[in-house]
Amino acid sequence: MQRRNLMKAAALAAILGGAGAAYAQDAEKKIIGVSIPSATHGFMGGLNWHAQDSIERLGETYPQLEFVLSTAGDAASQVSDIEDMMATRNIDALVVLPFESEPLTAPVAAVKDAGKFVTVVDRGLSQDGIEDLYVAGDNTAFGRVAGEYFSENLEPGSKVVVLRGIPTTLDNERVEAFQAALEGSEIEILDMEHGNWNRDDAFTVMQDFLSKYPEIDAVWAADDDMAIGVLEAISAAGRSEEMWVIGGAGMKQIVERIMNNDPQLPVNVTYPPALISSAIEMTALNFVSNAPMAGRYIIGSQLITPENAEQFYYPDSPF
Amino acid sequence: MKPDLHTLGPLIALIALIVLGALLNSAFLAPANITNVLARSAFIGMIAVGMTFVITAGGLDLSVGSMAAFLAGIAIIAMNAALPGLGENWGTILIGMGVAILGGIAAGFLNGALITKARIEPFIVTLGTMGIFRSLVTWLADGGTLSLDYGLRTLYRPVYYGGIGWVTWPIIAFALTAFAGEWIMRHSRFGRHVEAIGSNDRVARYSAIDVGRVRLLTYMLLGLLVGLSTVLYVPRLGSASGSTGVLWELEAIAAVIIGGTALKGGRGRVWGTVVGVLILSLIDNILNLADLVSPYLNGAIQGVIIVLAVVLQREKRTADER
Repeated sequence: MQRRNLMKAAALAAILGGAGAAYAQDAEKKIIGVSIPSATHGFMGGLNWHAQDSIERLGETYPQLEFVLSTAGDAASQVSDIEDMMATRNIDALVVLPFESEPLTAPVAAVKDAGKFVTVVDRGLSQDGIEDLYVAGDNTAFGRVAGEYFSENLEPGSKVVVLRGIPTTLDNERVEAFQAALEGSEIEILDMEHGNWNRDDAFTVMQDFLSKYPEIDAVWAADDDMAIGVLEAISAAGRSEEMWVIGGAGMKQIVERIMNNDPQLPVNVTYPPALISSAIEMTALNFVSNAPMAGRYIIGSQLITPENAEQFYYPDSPF
Repeated sequence: MKPDLHTLGPLIALIALIVLGALLNSAFLAPANITNVLARSAFIGMIAVGMTFVITAGGLDLSVGSMAAFLAGIAIIAMNAALPGLGENWGTILIGMGVAILGGIAAGFLNGALITKARIEPFIVTLGTMGIFRSLVTWLADGGTLSLDYGLRTLYRPVYYGGIGWVTWPIIAFALTAFAGEWIMRHSRFGRHVEAIGSNDRVARYSAIDVGRVRLLTYMLLGLLVGLSTVLYVPRLGSASGSTGVLWELEAIAAVIIGGTALKGGRGRVWGTVVGVLILSLIDNILNLADLVSPYLNGAIQGVIIVLAVVLQREKRTADER
């Protein structure tokens, strides 16, 4: 793994180096660097697509802005990317979605100390007050909105199972909020296992849940990639009538099924990958308008229902 | 004839795991659970049988997980592309299967040719192709997921879920691969050449064995088996993405080593590999069924059992050699 990532970093450095050589100095231009994790699963794929989409659109609207996008496979190569952006591209602003909080804190603080505008997206740094602008989804609301739907729509005494993501603070926040929302509802959480936001892992875990528990009334899959694996395991076991599944993040295939009133997928909870667009857009506005763009901007998690599903449907996005 | 002590270690571990599983949860021995475990072992299992030949001949292939993802991706693209012309029928699906299998053989040829003709270390070649295949599938999927057309999927689905009673097609394919692999390793000239090259390739060369050709064939055989497991994998979820088949290469290599094949080559045990694959899937299954430890520790338990299985087998071997 380590070596593979090293190679990726080397390839990326080569690309960045090539771009740097072709770049002609222009004093008027403002350069915005965007550093995000690479597209390793559905949600990040969507995020990458939205990042490229908004960069293209903003580049056309504001010719005085230039963007540098880099994607990294792990925290260490993301640090190198940011250092390269500072050294070779002399960026004026940095939009960063930190792979992990701890290792990225010092490098991003260094960018800030050099007098650049810093926007941090989704995962906070481990020290407060470094970033000018913080744009994030609301993980607590993500768990709470799902939990509330469960407690309102299940009878007391119902049994549910939960699939968790990759073990991270983000996953903990979601699950804690979900459990808090179920408190007092007499709904029993039979089991929780990590499906790692991966279809195959979720499929396997759900198969084992189905072997283990003769009665399951609902599943919180917490992610739409996992929801797809879960649905397949349920249908292979012939128990589709017995339970419904709530995913999360608003993948287009899932939203489409909600629009069509699929009884197995009653609702979904948003955690929009397009939040990267909000961050890039607001950073760009900082340079082209007088609107103040500092502070914290939290994007709420909403419930997608068959009635409002249409406004959450992006047919062009890969996610 | 004295019973082969080397193979007993992993077998004992497997039996211990089965007993443990049965004691912890009565659902463990239910036919549905056994079918699940065997069917999900089939992908890694078929790849691991191929890997046994590569490792026995003194090689290594790190690219198989990425290769499976890439083959699944191109098979899905091929089927979706053929759909408007051919319609929703088995012809279209056969094209997808053909693409996966031929693609697998070609990918194996690429690895093998770089190793034997260009004389680059297998570790480096396959590390390179691992990155290449993984990036290609992410690029083809535009960072998202490639999904097979819904109608075709419904038609193709029984290839994973169907079968003869509880014995589903992946289990049958895995069993046939294991029998064929065992026969080739033990009774064919190719199998004996593979072992000869792995124990000492210079001696093998002096014995008029075409070392390069045999090595190349082991990689092509592995590619073919990766292609076959892709054929079974695609109907399961009908999709492929950058996260398909992550770490399959390490699971396959671990299964081969647990099974008693020496990582330095020369001694191949196909049955051992099958046992190794089953041990790895059972650990996961039991941990999910049993709530023994915090899910954070699942990886640690797996690690301990892998090391234990190999230690058991090493002690038997040194006792034997003494």
